[in-house]
Amino acid sequence: MAAANNGSRTSTRERWTRAGDFLLDHAMIIIILAMVVYIQTQRPAFLKTASIVNIITLTASRLPMALGIAGAIILTGTDLSAGRTVGLTAFISAIFLQKLDVAGRFLQSAALPLPMVLLMVMAVGGLVGAVNGFCVANFKLHPFIVTLATQLIIYGAYLTVSGAKQISSLDARYTTEFVTRTLFRIGTTSVMSYVVFSAIVTAVMWVVWNKTAFGKNMFAVGSNEEAARVSGVNVTMTVICVFMLAGATYGYTGFVEAARLGASTGTLGLNYELDAIAACVIGGVSFIGGIGKISGVILGVFLMQLIINGMTFLGISGNTTYIIKGLVILVACAIDMRKYLSKK
Amino acid sequence: MWKGGARVREDGDAPVLLSIENVSKRFPGVKALDRVSMTVKAGTVHALMGENGAGKSTLMKCLFGIYAKDEGHIYLEGNEIRFRSAREALDSGVAMVHQELNQALKRSVMDNIWLGRYPRMRNLPFVSERKMLADTASIFGELDIRVNPKTIMSSMPVSQRQMVEIAKAVSFHSKVIVFDEPTSSLTETEVEHLFRIIRALRDRGCGIIYISHKMEEILRISDEVTIMRDGQWVATKPAAELTMNEIIRLMVGREMSNRFPPRDSRALEGAVLEAENLSGRYSHLRGVSFKLKKGEILGVAGLDGSGRTELLENLFGSAARGSGSLTKSGRRIHNRSPREAIANGFAMVTEERRATGIMDILTVRENTTISCLRKCRGIGPFLSSRKIAQKTEWSINAMRIKTPKQTTKLRSLSGGNQQKVIFGRWALTEPEIFLLDEPTRGVDVGAKYEIYQLIIQMAREGKSVVMASSEMPELLGICHRILVMSGGRLAGEVDAGRATQEEIMTLAAKYA
Repeated sequence: MAAANNGSRTSTRERWTRAGDFLLDHAMIIIILAMVVYIQTQRPAFLKTASIVNIITLTASRLPMALGIAGAIILTGTDLSAGRTVGLTAFISAIFLQKLDVAGRFLQSAALPLPMVLLMVMAVGGLVGAVNGFCVANFKLHPFIVTLATQLIIYGAYLTVSGAKQISSLDARYTTEFVTRTLFRIGTTSVMSYVVFSAIVTAVMWVVWNKTAFGKNMFAVGSNEEAARVSGVNVTMTVICVFMLAGATYGYTGFVEAARLGASTGTLGLNYELDAIAACVIGGVSFIGGIGKISGVILGVFLMQLIINGMTFLGISGNTTYIIKGLVILVACAIDMRKYLSKK
Repeated sequence: MWKGGARVREDGDAPVLLSIENVSKRFPGVKALDRVSMTVKAGTVHALMGENGAGKSTLMKCLFGIYAKDEGHIYLEGNEIRFRSAREALDSGVAMVHQELNQALKRSVMDNIWLGRYPRMRNLPFVSERKMLADTASIFGELDIRVNPKTIMSSMPVSQRQMVEIAKAVSFHSKVIVFDEPTSSLTETEVEHLFRIIRALRDRGCGIIYISHKMEEILRISDEVTIMRDGQWVATKPAAELTMNEIIRLMVGREMSNRFPPRDSRALEGAVLEAENLSGRYSHLRGVSFKLKKGEILGVAGLDGSGRTELLENLFGSAARGSGSLTKSGRRIHNRSPREAIANGFAMVTEERRATGIMDILTVRENTTISCLRKCRGIGPFLSSRKIAQKTEWSINAMRIKTPKQTTKLRSLSGGNQQKVIFGRWALTEPEIFLLDEPTRGVDVGAKYEIYQLIIQMAREGKSVVMASSEMPELLGICHRILVMSGGRLAGEVDAGRATQEEIMTLAAKYA
């Protein structure tokens, strides 16, 4: 098929097909932009600084765990344990960082230093991930099954230990003086420190994905596990590490969420993983495996948040928002698959 | 323009069944087919040849309606046809036996044959197993296929699964049957059986289109040969008037006097690797012992299922070893996993490139450097993009890989170039022992020659090669010695410079 059509004019039909391809390839962005324009005409406050900073702040709170899950998706897997791991690690952060003088403090012992708690919850998350990864890599179970099981176990463990108690009255040195501390203001809207933390986590993830052998191996395993194995890639270790890294991001998210919401509750983290998976898919992390970019995940989380906030602005009820989120995921997946189908 | 029915004869020739006239197909930037014509007569075998990318598959896809042709006409027995799906083609009597079989492997043979049109029990909405079984048995009887219709597909070798595919085509009363590289995974005896079936179909008046790279086969089985190059029709000639060199000249568009590069005839000494009593834990490999010299190309011949691949997998640690020992340069080694084998200086090019060799959605660069990332470090644990690019560049030059960019996705390269990328991947790990399993499978003639050159060059540089292949001519053409496997055991060893195909076949049948 080497015969190039040097100088031959492209037919009108071909040009139309190309235009159609372009539209379909970028359909998700186009649809979302159209939605933004519509919301903006209805509610002019939507694209004001305060609203945009709010969207970015919420994006920052969800981004790290989406990046973690993206790794699992690149391995042609998924991770359903994310939300419950966030719930568990938020609980752990909260009990160790509760105000000392509060009546009915969950733990009798003294508060631990902040960095130690952060490291501990990331280690707990990493441990959950290690179990997930170990089962996936060694027992050849599908990650869907493994993480379905582990999230149940985690939730059960959490309920047993906590007695479903809400843990509030958190130490101000943890919340308003650290995680939700105002770093600076844009107009009258404050930018909190966890936005910067998320930016750092994202930068670290970018380096891990693009500049380390582990990152390259992750993409190779996701795109053809057997080829990676015979090429000398330690597939088992790669899979375990991907899930551990993901677990660590859930631990981090739990730490931030407890501080952000000011309490750990039984429903904290519920269904977070589904939003994160949806964001990854919108951002072009394909379930085919081996495909995904950090920038795509950022965009995906941002667009998801844009839609959710837009719905709130329009006064659309939470019930309808679910329907719209569902439709967005379907359309995004269909468009994603289209790219990998052979064109006829 | 030719019109009319199958009764029209061209000067007493057989009636024309299928007539493809001036078919063109354009993809963005490429004219894949440029006014190609071809005529298939009833009761003949018409070979379609050309290098990979010459347009053979595109032409067949236009015939079956998988691609919509841009111009031209296709007539079946005088009536213009324009299939929209493979099923419509089947119903009209045009069938294809694919190179890569698309079958429901977890289901039985007869389920596969009647898939999508299960016979009903009278007017009830139930499938009649009895009728299915009887119909399948009668077709198998006609074609002399000895397979139990109730066998589960995945438990049968590729050759038998292919027979099932042929039986399916026959069950549709097909007039035109296309065979796409049918022998690429068959042994000589299985090829003979296939040829008997093809001749039987031909004698019943079917028109056969036979796509293959293998010249010997083409010259044996076909009546007419059409050759394509770069999306264009080059020639159609009676097979009796063609020679191998003539076909190659027409396919490649230049003179190619030899199929193999000059043999490497240095005197070899000193064993690099000694294998003793190798047996597989799960495979049927039993008690294989041999010595590999430095700079030697050692062939591994044998029928399908004789243990060629199993031997290489055993050496490389990708299949579990039951017993036996390996000694490399006087040191005992184990190769319990591919990682350990690589650390011991082994490299392996696997048989099924698409399934276990390449990462097709990743780029040339990523595919090239996946095994040598350790050598691509920059600062600390971080990879250096510059080193990665340099290594890829080296590999592209050394292996003469034709790719527009380092960041081209591997799936857009030809089979030959994909194979060269894998060679480059391993060359970068600087191995001492290369294990090659069917290194030229799915690679076109010109690229095959280049791969032979690469192998001989590696041996000249002091690397040792163990090369398993189902193509005896290539083993005889470039190896020093050939081990012949049979039924999982080593049946014998021959000197490639003096041995004949008959000698190898005799050994291959020893324990089969």
